[in-house]
Amino acid sequence: MTTLAPTRGAARLHAAFEQARQEGRAAFIPYMTAGYPTAAGFPALAQTLLAHADILEVGIPYSDPLGDGPTIQRASEQALAGGTSTRHSLQLVAGLREHTDKPIVVMTYVNPIYAVGPREFMRLAQRAGVDGLILPDLPPDQDLEIADLAAEHGLAVTFLIAPTSTPARVALVAQACTGFLYAVSVTGVTGAREGAALGEVPAMLALAQQHARVPVAVGFGVKDAATARQVAEVADGVVVGSAFITAAANGQDVDALAASIRAGCVR
Amino acid sequence: MPLTLPTYPQPDARGRFGRFGGRYVPETLIPALDELEMAYAAAKTDPAFLNELDRLLREFVGRPSGLYLAQRLTEYAGGAKIYLKREDQNYTGAHKINNCLAQALLAVRMGKKRVIAETGAGQHGVASATAAALLGLSCVVYMGAEDIRRQALNVFRMKLLGAEVREVTSGTATLKDATNEAIRDWVTNVRDTFYILGSVVGPHPYPAMVRDFQAVIGEEVKVQHQALEGRPAPDAIVACVGGGSNAIGIFAPFAYLPEEERPLLIGTEAAGEGVDSGRHAASVAGGRIGVLHGAMMYLLNDDEGQIVPPHSVSAGLDYPGIGPEHCLYAQTGTAQYVPVTDAQALDALQLLTRLEGIIPALESAHAIHHAVELARTMRPDQTIVVNLSGRGDKDVAEVMRLLSLQDPAGETPGQLRSPEVLA
Repeated sequence: MTTLAPTRGAARLHAAFEQARQEGRAAFIPYMTAGYPTAAGFPALAQTLLAHADILEVGIPYSDPLGDGPTIQRASEQALAGGTSTRHSLQLVAGLREHTDKPIVVMTYVNPIYAVGPREFMRLAQRAGVDGLILPDLPPDQDLEIADLAAEHGLAVTFLIAPTSTPARVALVAQACTGFLYAVSVTGVTGAREGAALGEVPAMLALAQQHARVPVAVGFGVKDAATARQVAEVADGVVVGSAFITAAANGQDVDALAASIRAGCVR
Repeated sequence: MPLTLPTYPQPDARGRFGRFGGRYVPETLIPALDELEMAYAAAKTDPAFLNELDRLLREFVGRPSGLYLAQRLTEYAGGAKIYLKREDQNYTGAHKINNCLAQALLAVRMGKKRVIAETGAGQHGVASATAAALLGLSCVVYMGAEDIRRQALNVFRMKLLGAEVREVTSGTATLKDATNEAIRDWVTNVRDTFYILGSVVGPHPYPAMVRDFQAVIGEEVKVQHQALEGRPAPDAIVACVGGGSNAIGIFAPFAYLPEEERPLLIGTEAAGEGVDSGRHAASVAGGRIGVLHGAMMYLLNDDEGQIVPPHSVSAGLDYPGIGPEHCLYAQTGTAQYVPVTDAQALDALQLLTRLEGIIPALESAHAIHHAVELARTMRPDQTIVVNLSGRGDKDVAEVMRLLSLQDPAGETPGQLRSPEVLA
């Protein structure tokens, strides 16, 4: 069992969850792809979400995001076409950091970390003011060095569990998380769903909460206040991504949507 | 002799070939990969499974495939004897069927009713659709829009066999994106779906399992070369490499021999318009270590980790990575990987066709090109085995188009060049 790394990032994330809990809410964690819709337009969109967020999740656009559905994939393609890549994404986070003290976590597939170099990546992330990393294609037993390097640079790490996870896997993943545990609500990729319901989530969370020493957030398929409220009943945090990208793409009021979903996070 | 599946010293218990391989996938799939690993381990030693696979390989596929001395090609090259391992003789026209039948049998054994596959050139898709039809499984094949254009005939064959072909338009609309979509489907439907992965790539246990199912190629070479030449191992083996399943299938039975007994093993990578052109699919020569589709391997990716779209005249080699076991072979010098360009492959396709009456797949033509070059440097008492991984029917329309472009003045598509000119 690894020891819980008392990183700066972990402490800030835990404080954000604790504050939300004291206010009778699950923490609201909106997601946005860095460089979406454009590098120039991203800061305003991210700040709109930040205004309502307890924690902001920023995705590094990637050419082959196999854990993501079509909405986030298209956003990534658009951001990449506009010239936003790995290092630039971290610069965009640094830009946000000048305006906010709220925790920011970065979601990245593992290949950009290897390409930049794990140590260099962590150094750049730390300098940008990143508090934690979400690693969708890195089961924690695949590369122990990544978590160690993250801790060395003050960054918390978040791994994922899914409804298919066995009790042994839940225990292993939960114990490896230092930021929060990310529970995927469905077997599938990211994206808003019709008729998304809690389904297997409560059983999965009960198992996770036996092992995790960190808060547990739920994501995938949460798209509005109603689904957020269902999740908030059982989880410490609610992650919402594709719904904001779709709203931005359609010219809808992202500010109003974020306010509504945040309100839905109340227990 | 009953069929046995080989056991090799690689990968390690965690699915690593040295530092390569592993399981870089969403957590959702880890239990399925564990389940597959256990099911495969049990099947591998179960006589019922092995006997059924053996029966199908003989009676349905037509194994063993021939080991054919290409006399006119040998004379043309003027050096070592060139043998062709005739995987093009297999039912459905390529080595892919060996692996597909075995995985489909495993799917049945695991109680799965639905299989999915990705395909580039269409050979793996056709083989998967064939195995699914034979065993009564429903089948969905993911294929890039660009490949659907290049391989219309194979698309129709898959549909005729009852498979659903899903067009992939994301990314570069080729094999890598079809693979992403297949993995996404698997993440979503993992509980009732078996993913028939087509090459020695992907998360553990796929690279090891696909290798074991393809190793029948190299095992047959041992017996056939013994009968023809009085020794089991040729002096050299040449095979084309995209993901690398036909190459591993013929290399692996020799790769773990002591160095002095090991043939020269050479994989030909698709160099496209040249490794320096930036338009190629040569992952060893022009890539760097990265992670794609669940495994660490040599990969075409830029210094920010974005995958660089590969290019090859052959849709089957048009993949930005190379199987993790090949990466280990390359790193340790167990095998060499040499680039062969589109133009060289097109010439070699015509050469083999004219000299031997065999139209090879464009993939295999890459290996033919290098085998001729290599033979010239070797003695007449030495032997080279080229893995003729597939037949060229699927490529004929594309070759016709390309030769017309080469020689637009020709009245018939492409003033086909004579062997003398091709020399």
